[in-house]
Amino acid sequence: MLTIKNLTKMYDQNVIFKNLNLTVKEGEVLSIVGPSGIGKTTLIKIMAGLEPANSGEITINNEAISIDGERSDANIGLIFQDFNLFPNFTVMDNITLAPINVNKVPAEKAKEQALSLLESLGMADKADLYPYQLSGGQKQRVAIARALAMSPKILAYDEPTSGLDESSTKQVAEVVKTLKSRGVTQVIITHDQFFAEIVSDRIFDFAKEVVR
Amino acid sequence: MSYLATILPSLLSGLKMTLGIFFLTIIGSVPLGIIVSLGLKSPYFTIRWLINGYIWIMRGTPLLLQLIFIYYGLGMIGVTFPRFEAAIIAFIINYAAYLAEIFRGGLQAIPVGQYDAAKVLGFNKFQTFFKIILPQVIKIVVPSFGNEVINLVKDTSLVYVIGLGDMLRAGNIAASRDVTLMPYLLVGLIYLLMTAIVTLLLRRSEKVLNTWR
Ligand SMILES: Nc1ncnc2c1ncn2[C@@H]1O[C@H](COP(=O)(O)OP(=O)(O)OP(=O)(O)O)[C@@H](O)[C@H]1O
Ligand SMILES: [Mg+2]
Repeated sequence: MLTIKNLTKMYDQNVIFKNLNLTVKEGEVLSIVGPSGIGKTTLIKIMAGLEPANSGEITINNEAISIDGERSDANIGLIFQDFNLFPNFTVMDNITLAPINVNKVPAEKAKEQALSLLESLGMADKADLYPYQLSGGQKQRVAIARALAMSPKILAYDEPTSGLDESSTKQVAEVVKTLKSRGVTQVIITHDQFFAEIVSDRIFDFAKEVVR
Repeated sequence: MSYLATILPSLLSGLKMTLGIFFLTIIGSVPLGIIVSLGLKSPYFTIRWLINGYIWIMRGTPLLLQLIFIYYGLGMIGVTFPRFEAAIIAFIINYAAYLAEIFRGGLQAIPVGQYDAAKVLGFNKFQTFFKIILPQVIKIVVPSFGNEVINLVKDTSLVYVIGLGDMLRAGNIAASRDVTLMPYLLVGLIYLLMTAIVTLLLRRSEKVLNTWR
């Protein structure tokens, strides 16, 4: 379970949000909606340890995680809006690089695990391609597999359907549902009301819940 | 033909000097250039200021002057180096400055997203740099790096000024002794051969690096 308490974020003197409270239950799929520039991306960056917050508390399963922006664990997996795959590595290596180098998983085992992740995402035949050889939707699934390979406690997506057509959007929805059935807790930032409604258990409206 | 055979040994021993300076400069200036380019991103103003000053001086004055300064100039104030060492020092610190600028450009071209992705996956700074960032920087800088390497092949001839016997000097001696331009032509040919080899190797590495984009 993820709990965010009284989280406040400022850029210089600019308050982005103040005393934000949010709870995501184990295995829940939560969508975060809200107008552009309100602070959605900022929030998941703080969760992932990429941005410092000014005050407040974040706990995962009742354990506090630091919010100074210096954290470097893989507790929260992040699917970036533009994926940020490593262009110099194949799909397979993109997925196994962190398990092998960070978690010291033996290469063979990491490969097996990556292959089964790719299979579950319908991407097994793409293992040896480089990111530039993939479509947007395929890149996204690699990004998902790469994050999942580190067994994060929570998987967060930044606008996973922006730039995707209707059928790709449905595929993403399928992936989210599959992961949900496997118990993965997911937080999804989206502008896409239709998508939010079909995948999520609950929708968090930033504009309504956040004091500036 | 038989004349060429008589001067070839002296040219080849000059070539050994030329190649020695060439390779030692590369071995020394590449890592130094990387370190200097990372220093340019230091959070400490003084370090950035010093490094910028160093790059400015190295790129803003002739390598010939730097050579003379390190061998004769420093000699005058009691800091003496043997000729060869003086040449190597001058070449390494000069080329490191140019390479640092090239690496800096390459580093700047890497999107922040690459660092973010690495951090979220738990990589430390060291792993991030060597596994993820550096290979991408290398791909970006190979063409400009190649230019510098070709310049270096030719710049090695500057060491004549501190009395080192490189290939050009050997050719020069033979030409004025025998009053013929053959040695010059031969020396030119050998430089062409060296730059051709460098060019070929660079094309190869660009091709290898093009397996990904
Ligand atoms: N590095 C930064 N320095 C200063 N201000 C920033 C920085 N990054 C973001 N902001 C500001 O913080 C606010 C929230 O940005 P954020 O990217 O979180 O919005 P968002 O809700 O994700 O918007 P969108 O839906 O357009 O992606 C914006 O007003 C933005 O200008
Ligand atoms: Mg955003």
